[in-house]
Amino acid sequence: MPNISSGPRVGLFVTCLADMFRPSVAFATVKLLEQAGCKAEVPERQTCCGQPAFNSGDRKTTADIARQTIDAFDGYEYVVGPSGSCIGMLHYYPEVFDPSDSYYQRALELKNRSFEITSFLFDVIGMDSLQEQLRQLQFNHKVTYHDSCSGLRQLGIKQQPRQLLQQVQGVELEEMEEAETCCGFGGTFCVKYPEISNRMVSNKSEFISNTGAHTVLGGDLGCLLNMAGKLKREGKQVEARHIVEVLAGMTDTPAIGEADYGLAQQL
Amino acid sequence: MQINTPFFKQRAHDALADANLQKALGNLKAGFPEKRAIAVSRMPEFEQLRDQGRDLKNHILEHLDLYLEEFERKVIENGGHVHWARTADDANRIILDICQQVDAKTVTKGKSMVTEEIGLNDFLEANGVQPVETDLGEYILQLRHDHPSHIIAPAIHLNLEDVSEAFHANHHRPKSSDPAVLMQEAREVLREKFVAADVGITGANFCVAETGSTIIVTNEGNGDLTQTLPKTHVVVTSIEKVVPTLEDMTLFLRLLARSATGQEFSVYNTLSSGPRREGDQDGPENFHVVLVDNGRSEMVGSEFQDMLRCIRCSACMNHCPVYGAVGGHSYGWVYPGPMGSVLTPQMIGIEKGGMLPNASTFCGKCESVCPVRIPLPKLMRHWREDEFEKHLQPKAARYGLAGWAFLAKRPALYKPYTRMASWMMKTWAGKNGRIKKLPLAGGWTDWRDMPAPQGKTFMQAWKEQQKAGGQQ
Repeated sequence: MPNISSGPRVGLFVTCLADMFRPSVAFATVKLLEQAGCKAEVPERQTCCGQPAFNSGDRKTTADIARQTIDAFDGYEYVVGPSGSCIGMLHYYPEVFDPSDSYYQRALELKNRSFEITSFLFDVIGMDSLQEQLRQLQFNHKVTYHDSCSGLRQLGIKQQPRQLLQQVQGVELEEMEEAETCCGFGGTFCVKYPEISNRMVSNKSEFISNTGAHTVLGGDLGCLLNMAGKLKREGKQVEARHIVEVLAGMTDTPAIGEADYGLAQQL
Repeated sequence: MQINTPFFKQRAHDALADANLQKALGNLKAGFPEKRAIAVSRMPEFEQLRDQGRDLKNHILEHLDLYLEEFERKVIENGGHVHWARTADDANRIILDICQQVDAKTVTKGKSMVTEEIGLNDFLEANGVQPVETDLGEYILQLRHDHPSHIIAPAIHLNLEDVSEAFHANHHRPKSSDPAVLMQEAREVLREKFVAADVGITGANFCVAETGSTIIVTNEGNGDLTQTLPKTHVVVTSIEKVVPTLEDMTLFLRLLARSATGQEFSVYNTLSSGPRREGDQDGPENFHVVLVDNGRSEMVGSEFQDMLRCIRCSACMNHCPVYGAVGGHSYGWVYPGPMGSVLTPQMIGIEKGGMLPNASTFCGKCESVCPVRIPLPKLMRHWREDEFEKHLQPKAARYGLAGWAFLAKRPALYKPYTRMASWMMKTWAGKNGRIKKLPLAGGWTDWRDMPAPQGKTFMQAWKEQQKAGGQQ
């Protein structure tokens, strides 16, 4: 293992969904950061990125949460999280403040050092430092990858997860039809407009199962919970996992929405 | 036009259950986006063109008064008339007045969304002037007393059988389901209307300030007959359509055709530069331009100004997963899809139009294909901010948000709360790993399972691990 203390100090943005639903995703992210030579820390004063308030039009709450997050991650060389959507929200922080506000500059500066995990590994750390470790992993399954909207269109994440995945032995990537089309999650959208959301996730479920993949992978738990929930409801056998679980070699926990045989209780 | 936007959810529900509509929407999805993608791939400089389009529109909007006045001056110089209509009612009265001056019985119409916006057809009909739509799609809709569900493919929600029935019922000819026969039938019926019309009304895709010209972009040629045959040509358009020069216009024509239908250029691009001059072989005797404001000038200088860059290509709705699921009529008024979700609240009020800017996952696909880079999700978010400030959102949503915000701003309270919530959901799920039915979360569990949390929250597990000596 590389010398941990010599690498950059990285603040883990856990994300509320990883925190509440799937801590193993956050642990996998920590593992990947440490393997990449970073010193991963978890700031205590983080909660949520504020996206529910931002997208509901509540500017004041958004600004309050943005300030809290900016303070919590002060001093870290990088801020990394397992979600394009939440990191994308951090990138919106400068829009939340008036340029005369003291937090405006800090928001810009936070934006410049926050990264979604696959983008951080591929674009900042670089494949050369990761290849050796990734090639020792094995995941002998056909997989398909869903491009989550914010990661794809806001942060430009497309090739990074695929390039990383291709290093893992046994992975066969089969692209689904309309991989870049929204799954219908959309935060509160899925409960405000459940029927439209259902149509969108039904389409997605069909495209996923048409590939014959064993596992659908993605970089955002919101989308993954939505897709896994639909696949399970339809009785489909496809498993759903966050990509970091595969990249960190942590696929011994049950997939999202799968029956718990007691493994997860070790967490 | 009647406003049904507050019933968006019910209309979407009906649309999702309508098998014919779903089939038509499936065709749309496979049509325009693919053609656009091919056209864009053949033009390496397309992204730069989008930047240019955005910048030029921004420049125009900064100097809108200047270019509009220049346009007016040129139209008058060419022998035409310019009418300024602040509201939809003003526009309708001006147009009726022009029709009555020439004692018009029938008017032919080229395709125009602005005339849909002001409800021109109903107004003319109620005042004894018969409008005849000449765009094939619009003509079909008029026969069916229907309205456009898409801004460039107005009858996209219909199938062949619907057209066959409408023609049979109105043309009193043998029923046919052969598209070529139906097309010929429309040609023959419309040809008589073109010749008989006293006034021709068209829209305009752009108004050129340096020449006082308007241009229509079509694929059927119906617009040309509409504007050249009658003695009077009325152009009904809106104030943001003005561009400085002919060269500027060509930039937008290149963007428009590719973004809309994937064509490099539309089939007919017809300029009108005033009434017939001496020596001209054809053209109208009278040329009028009605410049409609209808709320647009209020958008200038506001947080919605970017929306005025819109060139009505329809790429946003063609690529929108929500439009693709529910179709244009669900939106309940004139403009559907993402552009409609921004424009509609401006024109009918956020109180009635609030459903639309909320009906988006903010997936960003619309913005990624917009030829003039309108930040549509951001503008929809601005409407949500307006709603929030006016307390227009449903109580459950407001209280839910307030409760969540209270906790999210207090990490010390947030942590035990999330621990408890995770534990409760995990317990509720038992050993299944997922929840089939969750109280207060029917929006989710009516349609899909809720994957169960793993147990402890990460913050809790991480702390315990650190305390235990951190085995990493």
